[in-house]
Amino acid sequence: MSEEFLGQALIYLGAAVISVPIAKRFGLGSVLGYLVAGMIIGPFGMNLGGGRDVMHFAEFGVVLMLFLIGLELQPNLLWRMRVPILGLGCSQVLVSAFLISALVFMIGSLPWQSSLVIGMVLALSSTAITLQMLNEKGLLNTDGGQNSFAVLLFQDIAIIPMLALFPLLAIYPVVDTDPQHTTLVEGLPAWEHTLIVLGTVAFIIVAGRFIVGHIFRIIAKTRLREIFTAAALLLVIGITLLMTVVGLSPALGTFLAGVVLANSEYRHELEADIEPFKGILLGLFFISVGASIDFGMISGMPITVTGLVAALIMVKLCALLILGRYFGMALDQNILFSMSLAQGGEFGFVLFAFAESSGVLTPAITDLLVAVVALSMACAPLMMIVNERLIQPRFGSLGNDKRKADDIDRKRDVIIVGFGDFGNIVGRLLKASGVEATLLDLDSDNVDLLRKLGFNVFYGDASRLDLLRAAGAEHAKALVIAIRDPDEIHGLVETCKKNFPHLKILSRASARTDAYDLLDQGVTLVYRDSFDTALRLGTDALCELGFRQHHAYRCAQIFRKHDEEYLRELAKMRHDKTTYLNQSRRRIRDLEEILLEERSVIDEQRDVGWDTDSMIHEARLKAEDKGKA
Amino acid sequence: MEPYISGKTLILFAHPALQKSRVNKVLATAVRDHSAVTFHDLYEEYPDYHIDIAREQELLEAHDVIVFQHPVFWYSIPSLLKEWLDQVFEHGWAYGREGNALAGKTLLSVMTTGAREDAYLGGEKSHTIRELMAPIEAMASLCGMVYPPPFVVHGAHLMTAETMEKHAADYLRVIDAISLGCIDFAKAKSLPRLNMDLDNLIAKPSKQP
Ligand SMILES: Cc1cc2nc3c(=O)[nH]c(=O)nc-3n(C[C@H](O)[C@H](O)[C@H](O)COP(=O)(O)O)c2cc1C
Repeated sequence: MSEEFLGQALIYLGAAVISVPIAKRFGLGSVLGYLVAGMIIGPFGMNLGGGRDVMHFAEFGVVLMLFLIGLELQPNLLWRMRVPILGLGCSQVLVSAFLISALVFMIGSLPWQSSLVIGMVLALSSTAITLQMLNEKGLLNTDGGQNSFAVLLFQDIAIIPMLALFPLLAIYPVVDTDPQHTTLVEGLPAWEHTLIVLGTVAFIIVAGRFIVGHIFRIIAKTRLREIFTAAALLLVIGITLLMTVVGLSPALGTFLAGVVLANSEYRHELEADIEPFKGILLGLFFISVGASIDFGMISGMPITVTGLVAALIMVKLCALLILGRYFGMALDQNILFSMSLAQGGEFGFVLFAFAESSGVLTPAITDLLVAVVALSMACAPLMMIVNERLIQPRFGSLGNDKRKADDIDRKRDVIIVGFGDFGNIVGRLLKASGVEATLLDLDSDNVDLLRKLGFNVFYGDASRLDLLRAAGAEHAKALVIAIRDPDEIHGLVETCKKNFPHLKILSRASARTDAYDLLDQGVTLVYRDSFDTALRLGTDALCELGFRQHHAYRCAQIFRKHDEEYLRELAKMRHDKTTYLNQSRRRIRDLEEILLEERSVIDEQRDVGWDTDSMIHEARLKAEDKGKA
Repeated sequence: MEPYISGKTLILFAHPALQKSRVNKVLATAVRDHSAVTFHDLYEEYPDYHIDIAREQELLEAHDVIVFQHPVFWYSIPSLLKEWLDQVFEHGWAYGREGNALAGKTLLSVMTTGAREDAYLGGEKSHTIRELMAPIEAMASLCGMVYPPPFVVHGAHLMTAETMEKHAADYLRVIDAISLGCIDFAKAKSLPRLNMDLDNLIAKPSKQP
C-alpha cells in the first residue's frame, strides 16, 4: 500500500520536476508545464496512474492558495474591492451564464433546465490556473489582475446558490445522491440555512480575530517549528471541513480566514509555513487536470469537442471584454483581464457531477462538458502567452505599475530583526521619522506587548530564508540586525548576502571581535553595542574634570573617527596572526595595540582651524619688521 | 586679472535642508554631473560639523575654480560653510607668509535669496549682495584668489518652475564656459551679479580663444 503511494508520488513528482523547468525554460510558465506533465502520465498518455482521485485531494492546493492570498490582503483593501467584486463579478456570472445558456438552448436544443445549468457552470473560471498565472507573472497587482481576482472571488460565492438551485431543476430521475455532498444543512429551510451560513462566517471572523492569535502565541512559545506548521495546516483544514459541513466553498472560508489574519503578528510565519504545501498541491492539481483530459473522447468526436472549446472561450472572452469596457478598464488591462478568465473552472468537474446526480444532465453530456472544461483550462496558459507576447507589446507595457503603490499592500523598505531594547530604539527612531519598518522577533510575549503598543511586529525566526522572503526581503532596501547572538547574526548575514544581495545590511555587534567577523563577511555598517554609550560617558567625564563642553565633544568625535578606522584596519590585519594566537590572547593583544596607538592621536589630529598661535607668531614677526624699518 | 580662467571646478554645496529646497535643488541638478565638476555636498559629508581638514585641502588643491553654492541665510552664508572656512582656510596654508595654496584660483559665489532683487538695490535702506559678501571677497583677496561678481538668483520664495529652469540653464552655461575657458570675468567686474549679462561675458563658441 505504502509502496503504491510512494510509486505514485515518484511519478507525479518526477513528471513535475522534469516538465516544469522545461516549460519555464521556454517561457511558457509553470501551469502549462504541469498540465502537459499530467497529459503525459495520465490514463490517455502513458497511463501511469492518477486522475480524478488525485484531483480531489489536490484541490486542497487551491484552498491553501486562497488562504495565502487572503493573508496578503488587508481587510480595508478587501473593502475597497467591493465594487469590482459585487458589480463586475456579479455581472460576469449573469451575462456569461445567460449567453451560454441561450446558445446551448438554441443550438444544442437541450431542455431549458439543462441549458441553464450548463450556462451557470460554464460561466465560472478557473481560480487555480488564473491566479497562479497572474501571480507567477507578477500581474496580480495590476488593474486587470485585481479585477480578475474580484471576479473569481464572486464566482466562489455564486457556487452556493447554484448548488441549491440544481435539484430544483431536475428533469431526469434522481440518481442516489453522492454522499460527498451531503451537508448538515441539507433539508433545512432556506432561512435557517442562511442563518447558519452567516453564523459560520461570523464565527471565522471572530475566532480569527480573538482566539487564533492566542493559540498561536502558546504554540510559538514552544519554539518548535514543526508544531507551528502543524497548527497552521490544522487551521486551514479545520476551516475547510467546517465550510464543507455548512455547504460553503472551503476556498472562500480560508480566504476569509486569511484576510482576518492579515493583520496578525503570525502572518509572515503562516505564509512561510503554508507556501510549500500550496505549491506542491497546486502543482499536483494541475497535473491531475492534465491527466483527466479524455483524449479517447476527443479523438472520437474531434470537431464537436474543439468546436465547443473554441465557442466557450469566444463567448466568455466577448462577455468579459464588453464588461471590462463598461467598468472603465484601460484596453490593455481589459485584454489581460478577459484573456485570463476565458476558460472553464475546476468547479465545473464537481458541479457537473452534482448536476448529473441531481437529474438535470445526462451522463453523456456531462462527460463531453468535462472534457471541454479541462481542455479550455489547458488553453488558458496558451492564451496568456498570446496576450503577453503578441498583444501587450502593442501597448508598450505590461501595465505592471498601473496601480498606485498604496493600493497594493506595499512591502516596507526596512526590516528590523530583533525588537528588544536595541531594535526598539532603531524602530522608534524610524517610526518617529515617518518610516514604517517590518519588525521580526522570536519572543512571542514581547511581540504581543509591542503589538498592543501599536508596533507592526511579526513573530518569526529571521534565520529562515522563507520567512525573510515572506517579510518582504526581496523588495526591502535595508535590513537592520538588532539581535545579540553572534552566531545567529553570522547565519543571517550569510543568508542575506546569498539570497538578497541588494539588501543594505546594518548590524549590531556585541563585542569588538564580533565586529571584525561582520566586517569579514562584507558588512560595512557595523555598530558596536557599547561604543557610543561609552563615548558619551567619557565625554561627560572629561567635562566633569574641567574640559569645556565643546572641547570634550570634539575629542570624542576625533576618537570615534580614529577608532572606526582602526577597527577596519585591525579586522584585515588580524588574519595574519590568528593562526597562533588564541581568542583571549588575541583580545588582550588587540587592546594593547589600540591603547599604544591611541596615546597621541588626539593631539596629532588637526583641530588647528581655531589655533591662533601661528597667527600671533606671524603678527609678531611683522611688527618686528616694521620696528626695524 | 586674467580674463579667461578655465579648468576643473569644485562646487562646495551648502544647504542644510536639501529635502525642502526648491531652487538650489534644481540648480544643483543641472551641474552636478558635468564632466569638469566635482560636486561636494557639505551637509551630507559633515552632518556633525566634524570636518576632515586634510581631505578638504587636498580637494581644493586639485581644482582651479571653487564655487560656493548656498541659499542666503541672514544676509550671509549657512553656518556649516562658515565652519568649513574657519577650519580649512588655515593660516600657513591659505594665507600668511607661507600660505599660498589657493593663490591664483578663482572663487565664485552662487547663491539664492528668498527676497526679490529690489531688496538688494543698495542705498539708504538696504545693502547690495556684493556689499553683504564683502567678508568672502576680502577673504578671497587675502588668499590671492580672484572673486568675480556672484551668480545670484533672487526671489526664490515665489519662483515658478520655469524660471528656476532658466536660472539652472544659466548656471550650467557658466560652469560650461569656465571649463572651456570662454567666460570673461574681467568684463564682469562692475556688474552687481554675474548672471545679468551672460551673452556679453561668454564668448560665442566660434570666437573661442
Ligand atoms: C534661516 C534663514 C535665513 C534666511 N535669510 C534670508 C535673508 O537674509 N535674505 C533673503 O533674501 N532670504 C533669506 N532666507 C530665504 C532663503 O534664502 C530662501 O529660502 C532660499 O534661498 C531658497 O532656496 P531653496 O529653495 O534652495 O531652499 C532665509 C531662510 C532661512 C531658512
